[in-house]
Amino acid sequence: MPQDPAERRVTVTGPPRRTGRASGYYRPRTEIDEQTTLGHTYVRSLMRSQLRAGLTVLAVLGLLVGPLPLLFAALPDARGLEWAVLGFGLYAPLVLLARWYVRRAERNERDFVRLVEDR
Amino acid sequence: MNSSYAIPAVALVVVATVLVGAFGLRISRTTSDFYVASRTVGPRLNAAAISGEYLSAASFLGIAGLVLVQGPDMLWYPVGYTAGYLVLLLFVAAPLRRSGAYTLPDFAEARLASQGVRRLAGAFVVGVGWLYLLPQLQGAGLTLNVLSGAPDWLGGVIVAVVVTAIVAAGGMRSITFVQAFQFWLKLTALLVPAFFLVLAWQADGAPGRPFDEPATFREQRSVRVDDSLTLKLDEPLTVTVDGTVDGRAHDGDRVALPAGTHRIEAGARLVFAADTPVPAAGHGADDALSPSRAESRTERPLYATYGLILATFLGTMGLPHVVVRFYTSPHGVAARRTTVAVLGLIGAFYLLPPLYGALGRLYAPELTLTGDADAAVLLLPDRVIGGVGGDLLGALVAGGAFAAFLSTASGLTMAVAGVLTQDVLPSRAVRHFRLGTLLAMAVPLVASALVGGLPVADAVGLAFAVSASSFCPLLVLGIWWRRLTPPGAAAGMLVGGGSALLAVAATMGGFPGGGGSLHALLAWPALWSVPLGFLTMVLVSLATPGRVPAGTAAILARFHLPEELGAEELRPDDPDPHVKAVP
Repeated sequence: MPQDPAERRVTVTGPPRRTGRASGYYRPRTEIDEQTTLGHTYVRSLMRSQLRAGLTVLAVLGLLVGPLPLLFAALPDARGLEWAVLGFGLYAPLVLLARWYVRRAERNERDFVRLVEDR
Repeated sequence: MNSSYAIPAVALVVVATVLVGAFGLRISRTTSDFYVASRTVGPRLNAAAISGEYLSAASFLGIAGLVLVQGPDMLWYPVGYTAGYLVLLLFVAAPLRRSGAYTLPDFAEARLASQGVRRLAGAFVVGVGWLYLLPQLQGAGLTLNVLSGAPDWLGGVIVAVVVTAIVAAGGMRSITFVQAFQFWLKLTALLVPAFFLVLAWQADGAPGRPFDEPATFREQRSVRVDDSLTLKLDEPLTVTVDGTVDGRAHDGDRVALPAGTHRIEAGARLVFAADTPVPAAGHGADDALSPSRAESRTERPLYATYGLILATFLGTMGLPHVVVRFYTSPHGVAARRTTVAVLGLIGAFYLLPPLYGALGRLYAPELTLTGDADAAVLLLPDRVIGGVGGDLLGALVAGGAFAAFLSTASGLTMAVAGVLTQDVLPSRAVRHFRLGTLLAMAVPLVASALVGGLPVADAVGLAFAVSASSFCPLLVLGIWWRRLTPPGAAAGMLVGGGSALLAVAATMGGFPGGGGSLHALLAWPALWSVPLGFLTMVLVSLATPGRVPAGTAAILARFHLPEELGAEELRPDDPDPHVKAVP
């Protein structure tokens, strides 16, 4: 096949799975790399902080959006309000929530890297 | 509507799509290029591509039509389509990219090391993808029909052929360029006419009644009823009728209809006087079965609104054409930033459809009666502005609509074809990918010919509900919960996604009929099927603790550790970074 460039261009092989190699060479972050109990504790702490950030934003989203259908049902005459809120008002808060989350998640990761490397 | 500009505009979009796709084809060289654009797509290009792919017929035409018919409650659709990306960002975006899998089935297998779960996920990808392709093809048929009177099937066939050719020839890299190009095309196609429409509205004295309920005719308007329909009158109504109403033929008589239900036969012409409220219409018995078009706002319970919110907020993350895009980001941090950019882009886009819906209530309220509400966006420039300017703007909108069908359909076809090639067809050569592409498009094309008028927003809503009940639990628990087992994942997907699918299928098939709370429960399944999916997945996983895959800890570490700590960056010479850290 390598002789025929057209054929080589179109050949697809699926990603080999479960064929990873053992850790290559020794690094300072061996606890994580070699999956010791201490390494797992580190990973868990990162997951917890990231999950907390996600759940915080989800809670804010729920509090922001959740009562709206009830509000609109309670105020059937406030059609203009419903148009304004659903049509134009919610997109900016969604983007701001997303930006806040990304900043927090990236800070969590930076703190984690610093923790692991300074150890 | 004058089609002398619109048809060339549609043709131009199709040709431009093919050309941009061919440009991508020239640099699509290797396997990795073919599937995920070699993972080198930067956040800005990728965000435009994701948005371009996401904004489908339902967004471009459907929302304005629904808002026109049913009022502002339907604005929950675009809000949900957008907020779905926020939820995806919070729990899925970065870990999914770091998982290094190509598709949802790849993710399922990498996380759970189970061929069975992989196949089940593949089946759901194909099912959701086909459900979502169906309305794209039907929307294309409707658009071409409105523009030129071409038969309903022609638009769908054109989209199917173009998309199949592009996807089979160029793969993902060319799709990335095509999608990014089409996002800006779609935005322009709604923004420029909207600007002129608002100017015309102001020149018209800025009549301020679009938010009134119900909409009213501003001037005397003659409406031709093409399909027989049922009018539901809350108050008596006087119209001039030329045709058959309630079984009695009229010939230009003024008829006073009392409050209640009235049947208008096909071919009748009704003339409404100015300031008459637009009556609520249903299209035969079938219409009661359609959850989104069903009835007026008073008959759609609060429950349905919450069901819609849950389905769209949680369903986005499991749509096959959305998920596959995240693998093209170079790393997890870029995947997150891309998602924020996507939120901004689609949020900006969704400011426009409500405008069209509001102006439609003002200038084309009779579309509620003719059953062509999805065509409101296409007809408004002609109706409000008129003349050559209106024709040109209408042509721009038509081109944008075709861009919407082409982009979403190509993304979906790519995802479905990927699954078919990897898991169904015997070998993984690109030749088979092309066969998979053909298959991925042929099935929904045939189905759209057989099924016919399933409303655009319904099929899309169904896809979201199924995705939210099957893939959302799989992704969220797979990424954040260590004790997930293959039997748990399989049971959760089957029970959650399967019950959502059955519920909506039953509703569409006419069971239980009538209305009432059971009807609402089945028509909007997300509110119970999503918790059911999560619960089943958790309980079955807890009941099979011995089946937790051996490498779970290492895999979760790979999902969550920043790339600079993972093995990938330290060994840039490795040809296969995405399988690192699998023990």
